[in-house]
Amino acid sequence: MTEIARTVSPDDRPKLARGVRLTHNEAHGGWVLLAPERVFKADAIAAEIVKRCTGEASVAAIVDDLVKTYNAPRERVLTDVSALLAGLADKKLMEL
Amino acid sequence: MDTAANGSAPTPLGLLAELTHRCPLGCPYCSNPLALEGRSDELDTATWARVFREAAALGVLQVHLSGGEPGTRRDLVEITAAARIAGLYTNLITSAIGISNETLDRLSDAGLDHVQISIQDSDPGSADHIAGYRGAYARKQALAQEVVRLKIPLTINAVMHRANIDHVEDMVALALALGAKRVEIAHVQYYGWALRNRAQLMPTHEQVERAMRTIEALRLLRHGQIVIDAVVPDYYARFPKACVGGWGRRSLNVTPSGKVLPCHAAEIIPGLEFWNVREHALCDIWENSPSFRAFRGTDWMQEPCRSCPRRERDFGGCRCQAFALTGDARATDPVCHLSPQHAMVGELALVQEDAAYAYRR
Repeated sequence: MTEIARTVSPDDRPKLARGVRLTHNEAHGGWVLLAPERVFKADAIAAEIVKRCTGEASVAAIVDDLVKTYNAPRERVLTDVSALLAGLADKKLMEL
Repeated sequence: MDTAANGSAPTPLGLLAELTHRCPLGCPYCSNPLALEGRSDELDTATWARVFREAAALGVLQVHLSGGEPGTRRDLVEITAAARIAGLYTNLITSAIGISNETLDRLSDAGLDHVQISIQDSDPGSADHIAGYRGAYARKQALAQEVVRLKIPLTINAVMHRANIDHVEDMVALALALGAKRVEIAHVQYYGWALRNRAQLMPTHEQVERAMRTIEALRLLRHGQIVIDAVVPDYYARFPKACVGGWGRRSLNVTPSGKVLPCHAAEIIPGLEFWNVREHALCDIWENSPSFRAFRGTDWMQEPCRSCPRRERDFGGCRCQAFALTGDARATDPVCHLSPQHAMVGELALVQEDAAYAYRR
């Protein structure tokens, strides 16, 4: 009954798991994701993605918003967002 | 040149707040010192709140509310709320005894981020025997269920030793069944009470090998279901652990009476001067107190650490263990196979005795 690491679908509405918080901390030089017994540094791009994971916006909507805000190619943004979310879901930090 | 040794201290990540040394359990591997601090010496609520604000200003991100059993503090909810208001990530480390469902509800409302419950064994009778407390196992199960019901992430902490290491698979299954997202397979570390009970607790070489293989298999099998954190037990490792992530580098520990230690066992090292939060601000203690400066960075090292390519990875291992086993706190942790005294560790691991535990009381 091994759960296969899931792929991210455009209809998913990702949300940080309870017990996971994104916070900005000067002393650590930027954004950090706080989780049980763990701290992950988040680069600016990861932070912008995670901030949009409210549980209400779909992956497709998040990608659209990032494409518009940063004037970036959709294909590239979709790849980045999917990879980040799959990685975070795998670590139990994000609920898809 | 290590900049840390020259006065500019690194930024800490975590603070272990030992709210009390009082605990209803008597686990023979307790990490508290042999000389326990009493209730009358404990810091009050307002002082803890100040410590949390100072910690956050210093860069600390996470606070681990521990003990003893933190549930023996009547002001645990207020203390937790103060940590959360200070902006810290709050992690409650509990035996589950003394935390009622009602208290847990209030802790959840106060913003508690994460709960870690210790379980002594997958077998109830054995678990209660190890804890020295009848009914402990049942209460732990009940609180774990309540934590999950409130949707607070749960970690099960399983301290492993000779009496329960063969049950590692059942421990992981139990953690899964309880709804934990994470399980820590934490082998006993031999300081304080555990050092006193070393011969009673030490697993055999065969047990350790078997457990490590089981854990590897379980990690694959349970991938995506539960995170399994485990390391090789100290006395059977080739390299030492980077104790507390490096002395005075990532974490600090405040005792019930307010002494600030670089690691919870640091008081066993003679000659170290610890400052107290009653007399000094936390950032002053972190940067300037003699105990934090004593082994910060790499300048204090002797050979073989001084020229070792791993010196910034494991920082020479554990200072307390180096002192406990060799009598010299500056020595290479003898767990390291490069230590001239490494053979002693293998010999000590062979000293096993099925005598009664000296319970922590």
